[in-house]
Amino acid sequence: MKKLFVFIILIALASMLYPLLDTFHGNDKLSELSQFYAQSENVSKVNAQNLVTAVVVTYRGLDTLGEVTILFLAAAIIAFFLKTESEKRTLRKNSEIFKTAAKMLVPIITMVGIYIFINGHLTPGGGFQGGAVIASGVILMLLAFPNMEFNHKFFEALESISGVVYVGLAAFGAIIGLGFLDNAILPLGKFGELFSAGAIPVIYSFVGLKVGAELSNILNKFKSVQAEN
Amino acid sequence: MEYITITTGFLIILAGLWAIMTRKNIIRIIIGFSLFDTGIHIVMVSMAYVKGGVAPILDKNELLTDTANKIVDPVPQALVLTAIVIGLGVTALMLAYAMKLHSEKKSLDIESFKDLKW
Amino acid sequence: MDFKIISALLGIIMLAMSFIAIYHKKMIVAVIATGAVGLFASIMYLFLAAPDVAMTEAAIGSGLSTIIFFYVLNRIRSNDKEGRESDEIDEVIK
Repeated sequence: MKKLFVFIILIALASMLYPLLDTFHGNDKLSELSQFYAQSENVSKVNAQNLVTAVVVTYRGLDTLGEVTILFLAAAIIAFFLKTESEKRTLRKNSEIFKTAAKMLVPIITMVGIYIFINGHLTPGGGFQGGAVIASGVILMLLAFPNMEFNHKFFEALESISGVVYVGLAAFGAIIGLGFLDNAILPLGKFGELFSAGAIPVIYSFVGLKVGAELSNILNKFKSVQAEN
Repeated sequence: MEYITITTGFLIILAGLWAIMTRKNIIRIIIGFSLFDTGIHIVMVSMAYVKGGVAPILDKNELLTDTANKIVDPVPQALVLTAIVIGLGVTALMLAYAMKLHSEKKSLDIESFKDLKW
Repeated sequence: MDFKIISALLGIIMLAMSFIAIYHKKMIVAVIATGAVGLFASIMYLFLAAPDVAMTEAAIGSGLSTIIFFYVLNRIRSNDKEGRESDEIDEVIK
């Protein structure tokens, strides 16, 4: 009987979704807003090759700021929920092969992450992807050496400093009269080179460091409540 | 192609809702939320697709002229980009809460949490 | 190459995976199926000309969230071993 009600709700929702599907005929051209972003004068004003990065960091920069705030809040609430009693436990030791492979791979994974967010304005990628890749390196480290002290003070400091620098750079643009989160506070450079697009690589690098540190903190919280096995 | 992906997205949304409303295990419900997220992202990215468009990365010279007719829509992609990261944070939060609930009642069944029911 | 056929195939695989994620008895299989949905979704984003989104989904949807699920499952299972009072708990976890 209960499943019947659920079924009715689902059918109602499906009949609401169906007109969306029915009126969707595929796009033949961009929406007006995106056409504005893709105009050549606006492209040369931002000077970033990757238009998604341009939208994320400058045009919709406030959204990114809010997103980073939400992630910070989620990490803080998780830390509050998973408050650990500081008992010392020894977890199972891993095999030598896994440990050696982890030692060799973690620097490479971290380097790939840094490469991804430094080149965020040229190639696909950016702060969020790079931060996630750095967090995967940290999780490999946590899995390989479960008894190692996780330096959470360092990650918290990194996160706070990155956040302050991000907001500071954004506010600096407003102070010198260009606008909040304007990327023209640094020289724009030549289109398609590493040092181009003004402040976008700098801002995105700090976003990447912040996201990476936050995700690492969340993962470490979940790891630190693991019981002995 | 975009019709197929958008239909898949809608069906995954419905599957996630079905999981949220009928399953009893809390972890299963969180899996349902995760599926719901993925479905919405697929629908949004499909709506951004333009027929015959390439990715909005202007790394070739011929893309620099008449850009607006050659690329796909970058704005929904940027929104989905941030939404995925928020989705991970929300999933982790829900899992932490599930852990807390389990340590209180030693059960993951949603039916055994009746403290607010009268 | 015909992207239509490939994306239809991907859609069918994703729906099958989400069915497994909802109805499989073992929770570990269900979690892995959820990760697989994310992975196939990232391939689909690549076909839809969104490489940025594909990278994010591949790293987060199928990597980090699966790991968090496993940590939580492991914690809950060891909790159950400590204070096993009835057999009903086992059936919920499995």
